[in-house]
Amino acid sequence: MDTTAAPFGRSRRRLLAGSAAGLGVALAACAGLRAGPSPGRVVVVGGGFGGATAARYLRLWGGPVDVTLVERSPQFVSCPMSNLVVAGYRTMSAITHSYDGLRALGVKVVQGEAVAIDAAARTVRLADGALLRYDRLIVSPGVDFMHEQVDGLAAALDSGRVTHAWKAGPQTAALRRQLADMPDGGVYAISIPPAPYRCPPAPYERACLVASYFRAAKPRSKVLVLDANPEIQSKRALFERAFAEHHAGILEYRPNAELKAVDGLTAKLEFEDVTAAVLNVVPPQRAADLARSAGLVNINGRWAGVNWLTMESTALPGVHVLGDATFPAPLMPKSGHMANQQAKVAAAAVIQLLQGEAVQADPLVMNACYSFVTPQLAIHVATVHRYDAAERSFRAVPGSGGLSPAAHALEGLQALAWADNIWADMLG
Amino acid sequence: MRVWISSPARLAAAAAALLAAGAALAQDAHRARNLAATCATCHGTDGQARGEMKVLAGLPAEQTVAAMTAYRSGARPAMVMQQIAKGYTDEQIQAVAGYFAAQPAPSPRR
Repeated sequence: MDTTAAPFGRSRRRLLAGSAAGLGVALAACAGLRAGPSPGRVVVVGGGFGGATAARYLRLWGGPVDVTLVERSPQFVSCPMSNLVVAGYRTMSAITHSYDGLRALGVKVVQGEAVAIDAAARTVRLADGALLRYDRLIVSPGVDFMHEQVDGLAAALDSGRVTHAWKAGPQTAALRRQLADMPDGGVYAISIPPAPYRCPPAPYERACLVASYFRAAKPRSKVLVLDANPEIQSKRALFERAFAEHHAGILEYRPNAELKAVDGLTAKLEFEDVTAAVLNVVPPQRAADLARSAGLVNINGRWAGVNWLTMESTALPGVHVLGDATFPAPLMPKSGHMANQQAKVAAAAVIQLLQGEAVQADPLVMNACYSFVTPQLAIHVATVHRYDAAERSFRAVPGSGGLSPAAHALEGLQALAWADNIWADMLG
Repeated sequence: MRVWISSPARLAAAAAALLAAGAALAQDAHRARNLAATCATCHGTDGQARGEMKVLAGLPAEQTVAAMTAYRSGARPAMVMQQIAKGYTDEQIQAVAGYFAAQPAPSPRR
């Protein structure tokens, strides 16, 4: 496949180059990016769903574009499917993937932490002092936590007694261990922060899967869902039905239960205290520290605004932002799927911008998000978003998208296949 | 073409026209590629799907267009594709279908 070079086939190129002096330069520019010097250097910060996809598609679509991916972890650990690990239905290895596929494609993978961006000098500084130069920078830094909004939360998480498990990795394994070690008859409490937060349906999925685990392995135990929001934030009717049909007697859902403080394993709400055997706090969230320190956060003090045609920051020229750190277009979820889609918009645009070409004027992105309500049954929500030139934003296409009519085993299989395919699409 | 080559000025004009046409075609090719990439999240990069997902690479364009049109009208049952198909215009479906038709069909299924 070589769509880049297709418009100028080899024979036509020879004909023109052979018959007119001076056209050589122009033709070289048009002949595609397959050969010749790199049209530019792109640094991608963050090897999650957004960053890894961007790095991979820059190489797939941009030929000799020089691509460096900076990621602090040696391997990718997926948040999607991590709730199956938390509940004991999958192992950590099933959600852990290597960056070797990106390396094989020519991406320079640097294990490190980006700590500063100089948009004028076009450099990124890493924690070890290394300075990376770029022509275009893509940051997909994810979220960090607003610990200050819950008294005692930072200390509780630091102590290891309380987990968030909202960034997959050691936290996922730690929560799994706590649940496995919990004696039968204990209470697992999960606190959900006020929206917006990463992956709206995921806390409810986690509650369902832990309830399934308890029913099978620790039937006297309880799942207590403490939701700061007035109602379930995604797939509400489907989750309500799952709570009633599959998890009655084990799972209790409490709306308007915002966490004010944490003391040991006690969650302090406005009018009561709840002590759990396993306390899992999903903290309030904002764009990650790097986005904030670099000056990319310019909406509500929490999120990074972007130009949706290119994903370029509205704060810093030459810097593109992807994924959960962005202030979303209407109805656009903070999901791995959406980050993957945004990454492709950014990759295509960055390649064109490096060559001084116009970018696509009518991009499209879509999202499909599966949640397990038992280890076998899953539900989905899907949306399609079309760029609206008048609004200068993505808009959900009227009449498109929707929810599952009911939980289904076929959707459980599709959810697993979705994961295999998106992991391959981002990592090779 | 043969007439034009006799004059350097005309040659330059012809070359410029070709370059412009090439740029337009390249833009169109990117557009189909970019639209098809929205499917890749579930259906694999360039339609080379794994596991339960339908392989789109190498499918004749008429087949993809027929499937998407039937999903959109509701004639063809699906879990999620009816909802997704409604987000794409006829023209976008044609572009996506053409792109996947041009991809090599996978050899043995993984």
